[in-house]
Amino acid sequence: MTEPDKVLLTLKVNDAVHEVAVEARRTLADTLRHDLELTGTHVACEHGVCGACTVLVDGDPARSCLMFAAQAEGSEIRTVESLAGDDGSLSDLQTAFSANHGLQCGFCTPGFLMLAEGFLAERPDADREEIREVVSSNLCRCTGYQTIVDSIQDCAERRRNAKEASA
Amino acid sequence: MKPPPFTYHRARDVAGATDLVAELGEDAKFLAGGQSLIPMMNFRLARPEHLIDIGRLGELSFVDVGPESLRVGSLSTHRAVETADLGAGFEVVRDTMRWIGHLPIRTKGTVGGSLAHADATAEWCLLAVLLDADIVVAGAGGRRRTIAASEAFLGFYTTVLEEDELIVEVAFGRPAPHAAVTEFAERKGDFALVSAAVDLDVSSGTVSGGRVALGGVGPAVVRVPEAERVLHAGGRAGTDLFETCAQAAAQAVEPPGDDDAGTGYRKALVRNLVVRACEEAVAR
Repeated sequence: MTEPDKVLLTLKVNDAVHEVAVEARRTLADTLRHDLELTGTHVACEHGVCGACTVLVDGDPARSCLMFAAQAEGSEIRTVESLAGDDGSLSDLQTAFSANHGLQCGFCTPGFLMLAEGFLAERPDADREEIREVVSSNLCRCTGYQTIVDSIQDCAERRRNAKEASA
Repeated sequence: MKPPPFTYHRARDVAGATDLVAELGEDAKFLAGGQSLIPMMNFRLARPEHLIDIGRLGELSFVDVGPESLRVGSLSTHRAVETADLGAGFEVVRDTMRWIGHLPIRTKGTVGGSLAHADATAEWCLLAVLLDADIVVAGAGGRRRTIAASEAFLGFYTTVLEEDELIVEVAFGRPAPHAAVTEFAERKGDFALVSAAVDLDVSSGTVSGGRVALGGVGPAVVRVPEAERVLHAGGRAGTDLFETCAQAAAQAVEPPGDDDAGTGYRKALVRNLVVRACEEAVAR
């Protein structure tokens, strides 16, 4: 058995540039977790169904288990670690999840946060129906989803109100 | 649940990609968005020795709207098509995108990847067959050819593409202002149990012809001439005609029964979905 081929990659994650040498078969999810020690991105089904591993790739929500790290070279990756401030203060989206009980065990939460972060950036005016549709992308086995929809809707409304107040 | 090892190659252009795949042979596959290939690799259902990443070939990522036509580059994502202005008569293409998986799948999955994968319930295959699209492919040595969608899909995950051929675009040659696609899955975003698509020739409330295509009723997407004959016989656009058409479609197909749904249930879905697609098409 020969040594597996490794590829040398430059990845931009949460505004930091990293060089990694990984097997070509290493998914972006595993590279984030094992090579960059960004363990906020969770891995569950590994075939694109559950959404726990959702990150932003050039601003778009994407399944990091369905991408090889090599495919992410040249893109801007954002993970859940990018949401909170340097002092650990929660972002408005995270605060909304906390306030609306948008999580119980928390395993799926990083995926839902990055899904919502990407979606609201593109559709800040999204109504509840649109949010429900997008929430159907990911699986949660605790909350029954209603409080996740509530959380995202609450965050969207607060952002809209803040924008109006500053206009 | 981890993909098997492979050697990674990154293509610089279409010619380089097709020449390399010809050189590496049948153990090499193109990697576009990876939304079908990578799950199959994670399950070890696919074990390509070489992957040729075509993800950077910007020349294949375009949506070109002409006065009477629509050309979509094979590397365009479903999401890019969903959010593009496709011009009058091609609303059905845009609206069909929402049936493809979920948002995070549509941001990465590509038109060409979906066509080449040729799942029997793939929305792009259904659209291509319904609207008689042309599929343009490039091969090694600079060869190019155009394949009619009606001749492209042979059976389970099987197309007429040669080993060295890469889909570069899909072209829709005529507008379809009264076309619609609908489907049913137990959960939103799952693979459809059955999908139905119609393209009606309708004017002043009278139907004078049209096309009917179905997914999930056999090894590949099919047109249903028996149902189309009902549309060609014509009549007032309404429940009677649509139900007759749907009944003809359900009788014409013999869908497989499996753990997800039996033959009878799939036929019942055909009946309901064809009526629904007709109603949506005429309401456009």
